[in-house]
Amino acid sequence: MKLPPFEYEAPTTVADAVGLLAEHGDEASVLAGGQSLIPLLALRLARPEVLIDINGVDELSGVSAADGWVAIGAMTREYVAEESGTVADGVPLLAAALPMIGHEAIRSRGTIGGSLAHADPAAELPAVARALDAEFVVRGPAGTRVIPAAQWFEGYLTTSRRPDELLTQVRFPAARPGTGVSFHEVARRHGDFAMVGLATSLVLSGGVISDARLAFAGVSDMPVRAAAAEDVLAGQRPSAELFDEAARRATEDLDPPADLHGSSDYRKTVAAAVVRRGLRAAADNARERQ
Amino acid sequence: MADITLRINGATRTGSPEARKTLADFLRDDLELTGTHVGCEHGVCGACTVIVDGRAVRSCLMLAVQAAGSEVTTIEGLAPDGGLGTLQQAMWDSHSFQCGFCTPGFVMQATAFLGSHPDADEQQIREALSGNICRCTGYQSIVDGVLLAAQRNRQGATVKAERGSDHDSNRG
Repeated sequence: MKLPPFEYEAPTTVADAVGLLAEHGDEASVLAGGQSLIPLLALRLARPEVLIDINGVDELSGVSAADGWVAIGAMTREYVAEESGTVADGVPLLAAALPMIGHEAIRSRGTIGGSLAHADPAAELPAVARALDAEFVVRGPAGTRVIPAAQWFEGYLTTSRRPDELLTQVRFPAARPGTGVSFHEVARRHGDFAMVGLATSLVLSGGVISDARLAFAGVSDMPVRAAAAEDVLAGQRPSAELFDEAARRATEDLDPPADLHGSSDYRKTVAAAVVRRGLRAAADNARERQ
Repeated sequence: MADITLRINGATRTGSPEARKTLADFLRDDLELTGTHVGCEHGVCGACTVIVDGRAVRSCLMLAVQAAGSEVTTIEGLAPDGGLGTLQQAMWDSHSFQCGFCTPGFVMQATAFLGSHPDADEQQIREALSGNICRCTGYQSIVDGVLLAAQRNRQGATVKAERGSDHDSNRG
């Protein structure tokens, strides 16, 4: 369908964008890449009175590395991050996940901040942010606050951003030496949202897993950290038996949603397989990168 | 309504689209460039793909006002003299379309992709075209056409290098 009418604002600074959000609050939606919001408008699933288009806010785009963190401006387009050497070196898990987002033409417009603020539980970037404990920088009338990923995602398409706040930047901790990563997903068709996706990051020190991070996409109303599996993995040497045990622990408490793409039981079985594959791939990747 | 100016297929165009008008509808309704097709209108089918500032984008997921100042290429811009570019000819030779509705989107997506991946193999081409839906061909002939175009582009480039001329054999 054609888009419903809305008032259109196109600020060119963060200060102006925040001012407009303060004025319009929850009557407004922020338009970044538009690859999720425009379909929601077309399907009448969102009916904001005002669209605040931040595509002209240049200060919101860019990738930089400093002090052990890689900071990505909220309006940075997915293809830009995909082609960024800073991202490839500093946040290899993000680099592994980016090519799996939608299709090439989607990544031409889609943005890092847009995907993370939209917070689709089946999307790739929320799982990456949750696995790595990314930090979300938001600005509102009262100033700036930094929200850890564990508190950012609150439910289906819901974050802890207040209606008068703008997501300006997402920071990812830079990968330590010995890190290996993988992003695995199972979808009905290439480019679809995953039935189950898994972001995996392992750090191998002297052949032992010193840090394990796993976060699922598509198994709940928000990305889910597999903490029980992480505990099983820490301090151990990678092996098929260990990964089997991690897969069991990662999925024993899952209760994935059922839909026309698969039952809850099926998703759980797929999740266990994805954990085994993801861990194998991440361990291989850690050895390759050494 | 906002006045916008942009470059489309090498020409400067202006318009006053309503904010809610997509780039796809602006191209078709305001500029009468009806080669860009509108299928699903929510970013799933790829029929409306055009090239904006060198990147393939879905023109149904972009507002016309957002294209202000941009360089846009549509299917009409690939062979302005009425002939066929290398990709179009290769797709013609490979029977890459049946009803033709999805064709402009495939051609634009493939144009952008071959521009940045001249040595693409079949698997990469399938991946690049995976966001475009065709309900007739079964895709094989489309992939064949794009592969043939890549091959002809490379041969053309070799011939060009050997001749040391500026013979234009790989437009499109």
